[in-house]
Amino acid sequence: MSTGIDTWRPQEAEVPPQLPIVVDDPVTQRFRVHRSAMTSPAVHSAEIERIFAKSWLYVGHESEIPQPGDFVRRPVGGRPVFMVRGVKTGNVNVFHNTCTHRGALVCRQDSGNSKVFQCFYHAWTFDSEGQLKGVPDRDAYAGGVNFDELGLKRVARVESYRGFVFASFDPGIEDLPSYLAGAKDYIDLVVDGCGGSVEMVRGTNQYSFAANWKLLVENSFDGYHAESTHDTYFKYLVSIGTDLRGGVSGREVDLGNGHAVIEYSSPWGRPVAKWEPLFGDDARAEIDRLRADLVTRHGAERAHAMTEVNRNLLIYPNLIINDIMAVTVRTLYPPAPDAVDVTAWALAPTNEPAPLRHRRLDSFLTFLGPGGFATPDDLEALESCQQGFASGGVEWNDISRGMGRVPMANDEEQMRAFWRRWQHQMATAADLAGAQ
Amino acid sequence: MTAMAPEQQAISRQQVEDFLYAEAALLDAWQLDDWLLLFDENAKYEVPCNDAPDGDPSRDLLLIDDNYVRLTARVERLNSRRAHREYPHSRTNHQVFNVRVLDVSAGDIAVTASFTVWRFRAGRSSCYVGRYRYRLRCSDGGFRVALKRAELDMTDLRSVADVAIIL
Repeated sequence: MSTGIDTWRPQEAEVPPQLPIVVDDPVTQRFRVHRSAMTSPAVHSAEIERIFAKSWLYVGHESEIPQPGDFVRRPVGGRPVFMVRGVKTGNVNVFHNTCTHRGALVCRQDSGNSKVFQCFYHAWTFDSEGQLKGVPDRDAYAGGVNFDELGLKRVARVESYRGFVFASFDPGIEDLPSYLAGAKDYIDLVVDGCGGSVEMVRGTNQYSFAANWKLLVENSFDGYHAESTHDTYFKYLVSIGTDLRGGVSGREVDLGNGHAVIEYSSPWGRPVAKWEPLFGDDARAEIDRLRADLVTRHGAERAHAMTEVNRNLLIYPNLIINDIMAVTVRTLYPPAPDAVDVTAWALAPTNEPAPLRHRRLDSFLTFLGPGGFATPDDLEALESCQQGFASGGVEWNDISRGMGRVPMANDEEQMRAFWRRWQHQMATAADLAGAQ
Repeated sequence: MTAMAPEQQAISRQQVEDFLYAEAALLDAWQLDDWLLLFDENAKYEVPCNDAPDGDPSRDLLLIDDNYVRLTARVERLNSRRAHREYPHSRTNHQVFNVRVLDVSAGDIAVTASFTVWRFRAGRSSCYVGRYRYRLRCSDGGFRVALKRAELDMTDLRSVADVAIIL
């Protein structure tokens, strides 16, 4: 697992170029991204400093740590942290995973339950609220040991929305609800569509490949590529009796702050709650019941959005929640300009009836994940792009599709929303790399 | 498959090994249609997630949970030119060892084995390491696979990217 951190250092020798990386021209209806955005080490270093250190980043879901002392550890923005439910307070704590003494990791298991976290190096011991509780041979410190000062260091900001826990390394960042802006409503649709309470299914997809992370951002809500790249998946659906003739129609919405979504009619079945032959007749009554329940609770229009409509949602900069034939939650992190670490989970209703859960997982892994019929081909496409960039000769990617009209679900307005925010955050650093 | 004739009472490890080696050879030769013939029509092919090697497909997320229909579709996909991750195909080398025949009493034969699957493509090499669990069924003088499950020892897939080949 990659946890490498690149530290941004000013590049003294570079001449500040005039070229913006993202060129958004409403007059000619052209939107272009300079390929150095995907290849330049200077851009990459600036991203770590200006984007990953200055955004709200997804850590995990509260359902992963239901009991006091439950913890998970994982890198967030490339930095090892762990999330633990405090035994005293019941709060979700997110700590930098480093002993305040000499630096060793204090949480060395991926998940578990513990009242104490002891650094094995010199046996300093912390409780689940981060308080330093034990220092062997403390008389050796002439000035005493300040137990309050030497507690585990909390990540600067931690907030959650509908169970999704986010952290930021920037103490001055705006509060999470303001940051999420229009994306909140789409998280609501996902969670409420699952009956209001969700959990992460056991089993994680952790994979990496050799392409820039922003290519996967684009790909994660790119309606345009589905038919050409994923032909074998759609053939499989048709072979088992799925009627795809309804097609995909929908729209793209810029949700503010770089977040965006595509939403479109679902050509395939959805575990909540669009029945299709693959699910079998036995499931029909249960799915009808789920749908009726959603209509009662949320009204016909909203229930329709929950059941019949797919959502591919980007929470800027690096969280994807795709509510499609199943719900996947996916984070991306770039250990290098040409590498991305992906971690993905399946999100499902709490206490979902066993047959529906099984069908949900079946739908998930057929399309999604490293063994599915689609994801490996996406990796191939994105690595292929990255290799194409190395060829040179062509400097710009074109992301103009759908400009000058109300963007449809297979246009690229959602990507432009991401790139505009990216350009804004990168500011002069992006200009800097443009001339490389 | 060779013309072996295993009887319920007298399954030797060598018979099982011969079968597994023959299976590996078909995968390495990309003779996937012939490979599929080794499988029972109720067969399962499973690859659990790295962090849940004991994953139960009805409850937990797996990487691959193929019944015979999806396994057939997987083979068709890999035989086509539209499985972009595997067109052109990787070169693979499926290595099977530490074969143990655990139980021959209950109809199906329970087998475990260690595996190393090497994959080479476009100048890149990757290696999958783990344990196979098979349930083999005696059929027409040979074996049929009722279950093939590949449990990975790697803690994640970061070094291999995906499981687009058949393990």
